Amino acid sequence: MSKFKKKVVVKQDIPTSSMPDVVFMLLFFFMVTTQLRETNINVKQILPEATQLKKLARKSLVAYLYIGEPKKIEEWGKEAKIQVNDVFIAPKDIIQWVNQEKSKLNEFERDLMTVSMKVDVETKRGIIADVETELRRANARLVLYSTRQKAEDN
Amino acid sequence: MPRSTPDIPNASMADIAFLLLTFFLVTTTVANDKGLSIILPPPPEALPPDVDVKIQERNLFKIQVNSFDNILVEGNPYTGSMRELSDQIKEFVLNNGQNPESSDNPEKAIVSYKTDRGTTHKRFVEVLDAVQRAYYEIYAERAGVTTKKWLEISGDLADPDNRKLYDLGRGRTAEGKPEIPMNVSIAEPSKVGG
Repeated sequence: MSKFKKKVVVKQDIPTSSMPDVVFMLLFFFMVTTQLRETNINVKQILPEATQLKKLARKSLVAYLYIGEPKKIEEWGKEAKIQVNDVFIAPKDIIQWVNQEKSKLNEFERDLMTVSMKVDVETKRGIIADVETELRRANARLVLYSTRQKAEDN
Repeated sequence: MPRSTPDIPNASMADIAFLLLTFFLVTTTVANDKGLSIILPPPPEALPPDVDVKIQERNLFKIQVNSFDNILVEGNPYTGSMRELSDQIKEFVLNNGQNPESSDNPEKAIVSYKTDRGTTHKRFVEVLDAVQRAYYEIYAERAGVTTKKWLEISGDLADPDNRKLYDLGRGRTAEGKPEIPMNVSIAEPSKVGG
């Protein structure tokens, strides 16, 4: 006679009845967090890395500006370009763009508008400084240099 | 009369949900807007013309970067790490007149940062990061929090507790000005080759 007891058969099924619920929950999460990108970025975008990052408090108060070498070099050349809302603009058009962005906001919020500059690592300071001068003229003086988080702190 | 019970087949519901889920998974872009924030000076036209502000040499910490991304700190070539640069700036700001070569007090201390038009954005951000780190670490230490926590606090000043810590970190004089202001002057870049 065996010393060992016969093993109890354990039910091994994972209950699948709640799977649709789980999936729906995930679905709703992604539906809520998704934002379809309305602009195609036509400049190279490898953002620099930094450690002291600040988050932007309110997304509605942010205007985006992209600077970098155009992706289509044969069409636009190798010189770094400024892109806002799907089009390339010259530095002198920035004041107009800022005013346009500000007019979308409520009057009391206009001075709180932040310009988020997404600048490619290879871009030279010259063009960025030109943009900054125009931003100063346009009285949009809150600027965020968009960066990635640096992994280690050294 | 028997009523026919309308049934919607729901066996495929999970599949449909999965399909939608995959769609949103693929199209989602997580908003990752983080970075170094600065406040630009007023427009050049608004500044009073030809006012020479005299700043003593000892109260200036000069950082220059040329078009080859080489750094000069206080006029000497610098090859050390960004961490060491932050430590040097901290020492300079908190000198309080001890070393006659360094700043009088934190209020007067100015970090002057000048680049060339040919400097890359990568280098610019790296050095600016080191400068900001120096100040944030001073603030965080005074407020008794970690630097990370400090950055969170300064992003949300509507909370009175945060405000208190913020004022503790930066110090607050009777006129409501910070005792240790972040005086970072980012000068207009020089022409290529400088």
